[in-house]
Amino acid sequence: MNLYPFMTEILQIMIVLGISPAFVGWVRMLKCWSQGRTSAGVFQPYRDIRKLFAKNVVLAENASWVFRFTPYLVFGTTVLAGGIIPMLSVDLPLSATADVIVLVALFAIARFFIALAGMDIGTAFGGMGSSREMTIASLAEPAMLMAIFTLSLACRSTSLSQIVTVIFSGQIQLRPYLAFAFLAFVLISLAETGRIPVDNPATHLELTMVHEAMILEYSGRHLALIEWAGMMKLMLFMALGAVLFFPWGIDVTSTAAGALRAFLFLLLKLGASGVVLVLIETGLAKMRLFRLTEFLGSAFLLATLGMLAYYILD
Amino acid sequence: MMDPLNLAGSAIILLLGTAALALFLGRKQRLLLVAGFVLSAVASLSATIAGVRVVGWSTTSQAIMSIGLPDLPFHLRLDPLAGFFITVVGILSFVVSIYSIGYVREISKQRPIGRLVIFYALFLAGMFMVIIADDALFFLVSWELMAAASYFLVLFEDERVENRRAAFLYMVVAHVGALAILLSFGVMSGLATGFEGFHGYTFDAMRQAEFPAVWATAAFLLAFFGFAAKAGVIPLHVWLPEAHPVAPSNISALMSGVMLKTAIYGIVRVTFDLIGVFPWWWGSIVLVFGLISAVMGVLYALMQHDLKRLLAYHSVENIGIILIGIGLSMIFRSFDFPLLSSLALIAGLYHTLNHAIFKGLLFMGAGAVLHASHERNMEEMGGLIHFMPWTAALFLVGSVSIAGLPPFNGFVSEWLTFQAFLLSPSLPSPLMKLLIPLGAALLALTAALAAACFVKAFGVTFLGHWRGHHQPHVQEVDWFMRSGMIMAALLCLALGVLPTVIIDWMDTVPEQLVGSRIGTTAGAFGWMWLTPVAPARASYSGPLVFLVTLSVIVIAYLLLHVRSGSITRVPLWDCGFEKVTPRMQYTATAFAMPIRRIFGFFFHIREQVKMNPQAPHRTVPGRMQYTLRIRDRFWGWLYRPLVDASFWLSRRVGRLQQGRIQAYLIYSFVTIIVLLLFLR
Repeated sequence: MNLYPFMTEILQIMIVLGISPAFVGWVRMLKCWSQGRTSAGVFQPYRDIRKLFAKNVVLAENASWVFRFTPYLVFGTTVLAGGIIPMLSVDLPLSATADVIVLVALFAIARFFIALAGMDIGTAFGGMGSSREMTIASLAEPAMLMAIFTLSLACRSTSLSQIVTVIFSGQIQLRPYLAFAFLAFVLISLAETGRIPVDNPATHLELTMVHEAMILEYSGRHLALIEWAGMMKLMLFMALGAVLFFPWGIDVTSTAAGALRAFLFLLLKLGASGVVLVLIETGLAKMRLFRLTEFLGSAFLLATLGMLAYYILD
Repeated sequence: MMDPLNLAGSAIILLLGTAALALFLGRKQRLLLVAGFVLSAVASLSATIAGVRVVGWSTTSQAIMSIGLPDLPFHLRLDPLAGFFITVVGILSFVVSIYSIGYVREISKQRPIGRLVIFYALFLAGMFMVIIADDALFFLVSWELMAAASYFLVLFEDERVENRRAAFLYMVVAHVGALAILLSFGVMSGLATGFEGFHGYTFDAMRQAEFPAVWATAAFLLAFFGFAAKAGVIPLHVWLPEAHPVAPSNISALMSGVMLKTAIYGIVRVTFDLIGVFPWWWGSIVLVFGLISAVMGVLYALMQHDLKRLLAYHSVENIGIILIGIGLSMIFRSFDFPLLSSLALIAGLYHTLNHAIFKGLLFMGAGAVLHASHERNMEEMGGLIHFMPWTAALFLVGSVSIAGLPPFNGFVSEWLTFQAFLLSPSLPSPLMKLLIPLGAALLALTAALAAACFVKAFGVTFLGHWRGHHQPHVQEVDWFMRSGMIMAALLCLALGVLPTVIIDWMDTVPEQLVGSRIGTTAGAFGWMWLTPVAPARASYSGPLVFLVTLSVIVIAYLLLHVRSGSITRVPLWDCGFEKVTPRMQYTATAFAMPIRRIFGFFFHIREQVKMNPQAPHRTVPGRMQYTLRIRDRFWGWLYRPLVDASFWLSRRVGRLQQGRIQAYLIYSFVTIIVLLLFLR
């Protein structure tokens, strides 16, 4: 039996679990620098998580099992998503388990439960966050699927491994529809991961927060799991963009050296995407909630243009 | 072993017998309750067995019953398509019958239930008869039996005005629809035998006939209109959110879960089986109406704060999703892609089965809530998860399923529909290649909005604090109701985790209708992986998604509980305000506000804020009154003019009625003269 796929699978999940805090630390560090502040270093998120795990849980009297179950579920689906996206190698056993539609649905189920948890305590903030999050998601999800469908139509598959293999093998290169789909994907990633201009991950200002409002009542290990899952989600979106649109360096040979090379390339690409993310976040201000329809509408439009371009030019 | 058709036939006879028996048990309410619903459950179970066997073995059996009109016997037939729908109806009616034992027992404390049991049994019998009918006459007789029985069930609590209004509206739309179906069958049977003989009324004669294109189109459009009225396709949906909520909840579960599916059955039967050959644009009509119903249905549902109305609007949405699958299948078939056509048909039919189960579950859950809290308005509820843990968990399963989230069943059929959408590049027409993927975006929007809607429905009803003014005296429901819901929830999970097994079973339906099966490729990778076209094209493994997620959850939980960290319970954080009340929670209206604002142009919205006139200054109003009215635009666009026109017309015609015998004699005289002149 060929052990390589299973080894890479385990390795990749370890990498997602292990590197995502560092990635978030890297983004925060860059952001501090670009705004003229002193940063706490790349490793601060690890300390935060460790601190939260060590703390006791303080739970509101009214919290039901939904509230306590949600952190575990969110963590579980995010780890599974981390096993699905081919980051090191296209030869992953979990990759056949789920295609790109399932991936989107996995993020959706995590969001569904976080939104429920936001309503569980019965404060106004939680409900506000849930309502906004679900509104944003319902606009972002069609755009996300349209962007990815453009790729799937071109590659004749919705399987991520297959899409990456086709793009990597150079059958389709530098086509205009890829550019449109990529732009749409960038806009949607900002919305899905709750970054500026859609949501501000650093704020606890009452009227602007979305994601933070839902998890306001969490503490201790529950909060640690949710924070960690959030970090993984950010890294997964960056990695997804990197492998779908810039698959260079990924291992298609199924060798250990190939996997190592893929890992180094992954680090490079994540580092670069962190820089791009910080440039976007520093250059833009947070939008009003009802301006988001224009933002996500333009993402949808770009994705549709990509699909049009695919049919007209190919 | 009994022949499946005999088994299904005995189930129907048993149901009719139950109705007859109920007539004599009016004095013994308890016996009536138990006997009525246990017999219904047995009948439904045997019908299900018959259906499962017919589909699994791909057999077709026919029979002729020499009752009915002289020289026009009733024809029966059980083929895989009918067997599939018998199974759908049977499974849900079995579950609902068990639930009803508990649910109707509560009703029986307040009012006699004889009428409910009689029409319940007749309603089930009517649905089974519609499906096994093999001629136009028997079909329409059964169709009317189903419509009439459900009319009386909607009217069960007839002391309320809105129930009578809703039932009347339902009756009108059902009959306009039935008229269209009758005309459609008339066109087909007339063309099948020429207009001389009567024997074109059997479905066999229609199958063998070849229809001229124009007449086939007329028959299809009439049938689609008629069945769409029954299925609640937008814009013929107005009766549905009125009639479904006012019926007792077990009836709502059946009406939403399976009665609408008989209309889907009708559409599939008429197009794929009876007419057989059709141009591509029929499919696009079905597809477009499906898309409109899906998106608008879910948007209307988001605006509701009555739990049962919300669920009723979701039926409109899900009928839309089913029609999307069927429309795509018709398009693929007309361009002669049997494999793709069968994939889309499987997607539509799988969603039919899934929707029956989860919508049944949700309506049963809503019934449990209604029964325990005597409240239908979500704005007055909240925190029910603490009083009704079972119902809450089961309702949550239904919500996750209907929102199309893995690993439950709603996701599988939506995933299959997406796959069918993505196969559209095989079509020859460039315009369709382009427009059909846009449909996929609308489906994605629908799924995402449905998730938002069920966060609202579950969150406002079951989570948070009780919003009503009085402390609730809510108790968990009894075990009959619970076991009905538990069975439905387990089915939701099983249909989501084991799609290959189900698809392998139901594959005979597309084989019968479009001549191709997808099982050979869909299960080629083993039972764990669903690979509809080819493994490289797309794959989904329900069991693995379920198991991996579950194991990560368990590992994380165990790792974190090695060291026993205590949980401290404290009052909720009020930001130092100290006067937080349950009325300050987000309400259903507030939750839907951003979506109402974004998609506001679909609705007729009137929003008013009234300040207290006695207030000293407008910055300290003391009391404010906020009123919000959201109405269906279709009512104003389509129905109001129709209603006005019919009133206008009847007033004009009413002038003929003079009340004088002389005038009436002159009318008769003139009529006779005219007839003599023209029809000599």
